[in-house]
Amino acid sequence: MVTEHIVTKFDEDLNQLDNLIAEMGGHAEHQFADSIKGLIRRDTELAEKVILNDKRIDAIEVAVDQHTISMLALRQPMADDLRVVITALRIASIIERIGDYSKNISKRTVAITQSAPVGPARTISRMGDVVQGMINTVLDAYLQRNADLAEDVRQRDEEVDALHTSLFRELLTYMMEDPRSISACTHLLFVAKNIERIGDHATNIAENVYFLVHGKMPDETRPKDDQSSYTMIDDSDKNNN
Amino acid sequence: MTTVTPPTPGATTEPRRVKYSTKNVDVFYGAKQALFDVSLDIHEYEVTALIGPSGCGKSTYLRSLNRMNDTIDICRVTGSIELDGIDVYSDEIDVVHLRARVGMVFQKPNPFPKTIFENVAYGPRIHGIATSKSEIDAIVEDSLTKAGLWKEVKDRLDEAGTGLSGGQQQRLCIARAIAVQPEVILMDEPCSALDPIATARIEELIDELRNNFSIVIVTHSMQQAARVSQRTAFFHLGDLVEVGETGKIFTTPDDQKTQDYITGRFG
Amino acid sequence: MSNTESNHIRLVNAIYEPIRGNTTLLEAWGFYLFNQEFELEIELSEDVIDPSGTRDPATLARANYRKVVFDALLAEFPDVKSRGDKRKLRSMLSRGASFQVQKLVVDDPGLIGQRINVVVPVSSDFDLYEKGVINKDVADADRRVSDQQMIWHDTLKERGRITTSFNTTFFTSADSREPELAGIWGAVSGSFFTMIVTLLLSFPIGVAAAVYLEEFAPKNRITQIIEVNINNLAAVPSIVYGLLGLAVFINFFGLPRSVPLVGGMVLALMTLPTIIIASRAALKAVPPSIREAALGLGASRMQVVSHHVLPLAMPGILTGTIIGMAQALGETAPLLMIGMVAFIVDIPGGITDPATVLPVQVYLWADSPERAFVARTSAAIMVLLAFLIVMNALAVLLRKKFERRW
Repeated sequence: MVTEHIVTKFDEDLNQLDNLIAEMGGHAEHQFADSIKGLIRRDTELAEKVILNDKRIDAIEVAVDQHTISMLALRQPMADDLRVVITALRIASIIERIGDYSKNISKRTVAITQSAPVGPARTISRMGDVVQGMINTVLDAYLQRNADLAEDVRQRDEEVDALHTSLFRELLTYMMEDPRSISACTHLLFVAKNIERIGDHATNIAENVYFLVHGKMPDETRPKDDQSSYTMIDDSDKNNN
Repeated sequence: MTTVTPPTPGATTEPRRVKYSTKNVDVFYGAKQALFDVSLDIHEYEVTALIGPSGCGKSTYLRSLNRMNDTIDICRVTGSIELDGIDVYSDEIDVVHLRARVGMVFQKPNPFPKTIFENVAYGPRIHGIATSKSEIDAIVEDSLTKAGLWKEVKDRLDEAGTGLSGGQQQRLCIARAIAVQPEVILMDEPCSALDPIATARIEELIDELRNNFSIVIVTHSMQQAARVSQRTAFFHLGDLVEVGETGKIFTTPDDQKTQDYITGRFG
Repeated sequence: MSNTESNHIRLVNAIYEPIRGNTTLLEAWGFYLFNQEFELEIELSEDVIDPSGTRDPATLARANYRKVVFDALLAEFPDVKSRGDKRKLRSMLSRGASFQVQKLVVDDPGLIGQRINVVVPVSSDFDLYEKGVINKDVADADRRVSDQQMIWHDTLKERGRITTSFNTTFFTSADSREPELAGIWGAVSGSFFTMIVTLLLSFPIGVAAAVYLEEFAPKNRITQIIEVNINNLAAVPSIVYGLLGLAVFINFFGLPRSVPLVGGMVLALMTLPTIIIASRAALKAVPPSIREAALGLGASRMQVVSHHVLPLAMPGILTGTIIGMAQALGETAPLLMIGMVAFIVDIPGGITDPATVLPVQVYLWADSPERAFVARTSAAIMVLLAFLIVMNALAVLLRKKFERRW
């Protein structure tokens, strides 16, 4: 969209929308990074901070809602302008859920720190890094209206899925070996799921960016490699050793 | 996987028969060319909207469909404009008869300075469609009813047509056009002189009329074109830039110029 | 006499006094709507009129009616004996008196032998005397009316033989050498016939030309040249049209001179540009949206013009026509050229009878030596002006009545 609207106020409104999404996305990024950090370092103070700060993301989502509704009523956007407004609305809702998942991770961090340290910290840390990168890239893709960048993000989700599957196995193994770690590991299972869901949401955002640019959803299916739904650990080994 | 495209609102499921087939139409006003190689099909029983900035040639195109451009001496039309397969500029076609088959409604309501009854009865009389008093009465009532005006004027048919409000006058002009039982109705910005409620009434009327007539409407308002038409054609500086289903034109147009126009990036 | 009556008389006297004795004002007011008339008892004796008793119309027409009438007047003044005095007495009568009696007898021979009361006009000199125009300071012999005649006149007045009455002769008879017998009816009839011819020629041609130029003519150089020429023709001096009429209609086509037909044709030529220009303006004023609406419905060009444009332009066209007619009514110069300046005593019966028109009649009377014609000229001018005012008022009325708002 090289040319500007004849009515400059229209362009200002669209820029304002971008600013709100950028701000919201930035917050969500930080929240996620802090929640992972808090988990790895067993830092309850940081976790508490994350839980409190989720309000900010919710507030911006309300602002985006109001702004998009007003733009639809007052500007009657057509074609690409309409897609900008619709995707902004959707993306805001997705980012808000990412924020909620980060808050949930921090809540579980508080619970986990009450028991002895356990768990595959390295895998989780790896997963967190990948997903953080995805969030960062997809927000850039949105602000630049770059569909190819968005496509990359979609591809990266494959790695997240693989990590999640292996994390799932690891945690199951831990729980079978040491029943005392079951509560912590269960929490960690949920944490892992949350991180995986955040990755999926990032790909949702990526698909919306594609829609914004091209006017239709991407029709190739993205590679999904999450086997966790099919994973069963055979505990007959344990009984037989 | 196969994608299922949901139907856009107002779209038809099967393609309609072509009523007007225009190919390679050029229109010149003296030395100045107003339309460049326009090829456009108008389909039966649907509303086709012509949009575009001022001076882009949409009114010129509309007026060449019923040869109203003949009244302008320096105007020259080349190319093929066929109504049901017969070229309207050929010698076989009688202009007077053509204009009875293809009616026109103008931007500013222009009822004759006669009574309401006479306004509507004039057309059928001169074309010999109705001769006896009862026939004419029937046509007048039928046309005014179809135009949504009968209830409001049935008690004052012998009052002057110019005494009605703007919206009523325009509906009177539509009734007058319908009375000669045309096949096509051409509308040149019919609502631009009317207030929003009168405009909405006319749009509703257009929606009802398209069951019986083919309608071509020139409009400056894109929202009106979006609301009222099934096909939209975008003109720019005498060129037909893009034509297609209305839903598609206003959500995902193919041409960048179309997109720029409908989003208000240039006028 | 009540208060109102005396006031009324005072008012009438106040109006009458400045006029009486003031010649300029008299002329200006054309006071000759009132005339002096004799009421005489005339014996239509058979031996004078029809001695042979055959009642032959030719004989009756040739009888000496002058004697009959004069005898009646002599009877009023039995002591007038000398020839000179008799001559003076006779001069009180108008020449028309005898013709009037002749007509009565010829129409009804049964009157012969009876004594009848006839009203005949007085000679115009005495009319002037009555109005106080005769200057008494001039010597008796140099005056038109001598002292003795004045005494006779006053005596007859006292006896009730001479009365003042409304001058119907002015409105009903044609021109004459005698002022008291002269009337404008001949000129009015001539004007009427001329106007009819003018109207019938200029209106259809003018309106048709305007319609053609405005609606149908192609917009090219030839049309422009025609338009410029029509505009110029409206400013051509009217006498040029008279010359044209003389050369073409009378010399070339051999039409009779001095007839309303030729006069009407000349005036039609003169009025055409006015009508064409006014009609074009009226046609232009019809908004193009009406034409477009009619065309869009499938009306042909002729139908558009005849059903829609002409009816709406008609008020303007009519106004222009009436104004053109009013102009033509007052035209003198072109009609002089085609001969309508002749002295016509018969009232024209049709468009090929010789005639004259009101403005020319005014011109002729203004030229006459008799004193009495001066006031008659003014009276004729008043009649002409009255016609013009009526026509222009009609134009204004029409315009107001048909004024429409689009």
